[in-house]
Amino acid sequence: MEHRWGMSIDLDRCTGCEACVVACHAENNLPVSSPDQAEKGRTAHWIRVDRYYEGEFPDVKVKYRPVLCQQCDNAPCEPVCPTYATYHNTEGLNVQVYNRCVGTFYCANNCPYTVRFFNWFAPEWPEPLQLQHNPDVAIRPAGVMEKCTFCVQRIQRGKRDAAVENRPLADGEIQPACVQSCPAEAMAFGDLNDPESKVSKLAGSGRATPLLGELGTKPKVFYLERAK
Amino acid sequence: MAASAGLLPYAKIREDLFRPLSKGSPRYWITICAAMSVIILGMAAWGIQVRDGMGVTGLNRPVFWGFYIVDFVFWIGISHAGTLISAILRLTDAAWRKPVTRAAEAITVFCLMIGGMFPIIHLGRSWLFYWLIPYPNPRLLWPNFRSPLLWDLVAILTYVTGSVIYLYLPLIPDMAQLAEHNVPWRRKLYRILSLGWTGSDREWHALERAMKLMACIILAVAISVHTVVSWDFAMSIAPMWHSTIFGPYFVVGAIFSGIAALLLVMGTLRRALGLELYLTKHHFNNLSKLLLLMSLLWFYFTFAEYQTVWYGNEPSEMAVFASKIRGPYAPFFWTMVFCNFVVPFILLGIRKLRTINTAMIASVCVLIGMWLERYLIVAPTLGNPRMNAASGVYVPTWIEFAITAATFAGMLVLYLLFAKLFPMIAVWEFKAHPVEEN
Repeated sequence: MEHRWGMSIDLDRCTGCEACVVACHAENNLPVSSPDQAEKGRTAHWIRVDRYYEGEFPDVKVKYRPVLCQQCDNAPCEPVCPTYATYHNTEGLNVQVYNRCVGTFYCANNCPYTVRFFNWFAPEWPEPLQLQHNPDVAIRPAGVMEKCTFCVQRIQRGKRDAAVENRPLADGEIQPACVQSCPAEAMAFGDLNDPESKVSKLAGSGRATPLLGELGTKPKVFYLERAK
Repeated sequence: MAASAGLLPYAKIREDLFRPLSKGSPRYWITICAAMSVIILGMAAWGIQVRDGMGVTGLNRPVFWGFYIVDFVFWIGISHAGTLISAILRLTDAAWRKPVTRAAEAITVFCLMIGGMFPIIHLGRSWLFYWLIPYPNPRLLWPNFRSPLLWDLVAILTYVTGSVIYLYLPLIPDMAQLAEHNVPWRRKLYRILSLGWTGSDREWHALERAMKLMACIILAVAISVHTVVSWDFAMSIAPMWHSTIFGPYFVVGAIFSGIAALLLVMGTLRRALGLELYLTKHHFNNLSKLLLLMSLLWFYFTFAEYQTVWYGNEPSEMAVFASKIRGPYAPFFWTMVFCNFVVPFILLGIRKLRTINTAMIASVCVLIGMWLERYLIVAPTLGNPRMNAASGVYVPTWIEFAITAATFAGMLVLYLLFAKLFPMIAVWEFKAHPVEEN
């Protein structure tokens, strides 16, 4: 059966430590923005932690929400790309083909989650970070759009390893960098087509809600929260 | 008044309108040189952008579209001057149209040439723009026809082709006349371009038929083009872009700014080429009334659009709404209302104030206002996305200003060169020809 990859993020567990952000940078060869570029809003974090404040000082509560590409089944970014640089693959991933991208920005404008990132310049890393590039991930040139891939290189690797050893893929065997590095274990990743997988159970638990669900984008990232 | 030019002897009309082609003044060449230097600056800016990346602009996340898209919509909007005005006037056989149509048709062609560059300039990898064209290639890749950008490409290419034909057809008899007595290089040029026109009965009939047909086709194309441009925005789910009235709203705005551009060009031509006998107060009066009408229509559409958003009171739409009405974009918003509605309403609505000069002032205001209108559609929506933790501000850099300025200079140069090569008013239309005698 085809896989259908999904993720759950437990907002009651998230501490906002941003370990996922750092892990994603290291895994996916994300460039490091200079301070003045960051000030202009040019940072690239495929996963970011949004902070929301509730209540009036001094009774302030902070809520954290890690936001990454929601891998929508009904993705607004896909139909607007004139060159098919972004499309839906058979495993439900919303894939970005860097080589096909001409940089119309349309996908990023139509993404309600604002999780698409543009290469404003050729990517740069301060010394010695350029020495730790992940050989499994392409370095994107200036002028193309990019975004979270659900660590597609790890998905491919997991499937290949299982095939070589002639066994089915186990639940939890594949972990994107953010899930792997979450110290609070707030994130889970797995196959939504497998009803026994951890992520399937969490997604059907009643604590799960999609982000901006009213738009009908059918995200495959589920946010878990105590029902009020 | 309209008949004044018609009452002049044909020889004088011919002499008046062909004179500017052969007489060059230092002022003309100084203007060309000044405009060319602005163009060179803009090209240098674009060169820097291509070399270094889009980071040299003020674009950021989430404001991925800025000046270039604003300029694109603005120029495509102005291009509606020619086709719509000239086609409507031709089809309704308005007697006063004769001295107006060519100036309008030329605006269309040049604005489309300029506006059509912006989708390429705004690309992250502009050297790959041809990937949007469905050409046969070894990897069997096809562009995505579901994308409004593909519709844009098709619509604009159709419009350019149509409007070039529409400008060219009524030029043929004039060029045949020009080929008769002229300096050798011009004689050669006009002879080639006039396609062997001899002025026979059959040719006049064919021209008349072709013009009628093209007027009908170009009307439909013009309206569809700006509707498609609006769909670049309306087909997305961004707040205050996803609106059903964007199609007609954009078409109205386009005709509005097109008439303003036409009035401005006519006023300038009148003074620069001494065409006071041809472009009379009567023409300006008629076009001013049309501009006033479009101003009212524009106001109606804007009011309807903002009123529904306000009453809908949807949070993500209200964030955009508030940033326009009283937020950081408020100065631009109220300037837009002043330029697009208050100024034309007072200057053109009160009969005593409606003169050639006030029509020119109102036109400049409308052009500024309509540019701001497009800016207010593009930037505030992108700056206030649904995830408000991701909102941002757009501050353009000198690169975007230089490229924008260069396109205005480019328009000036194209128009000046055109005015040196072709008569700005169709001379043959003043001569009774067999078709009209029938």
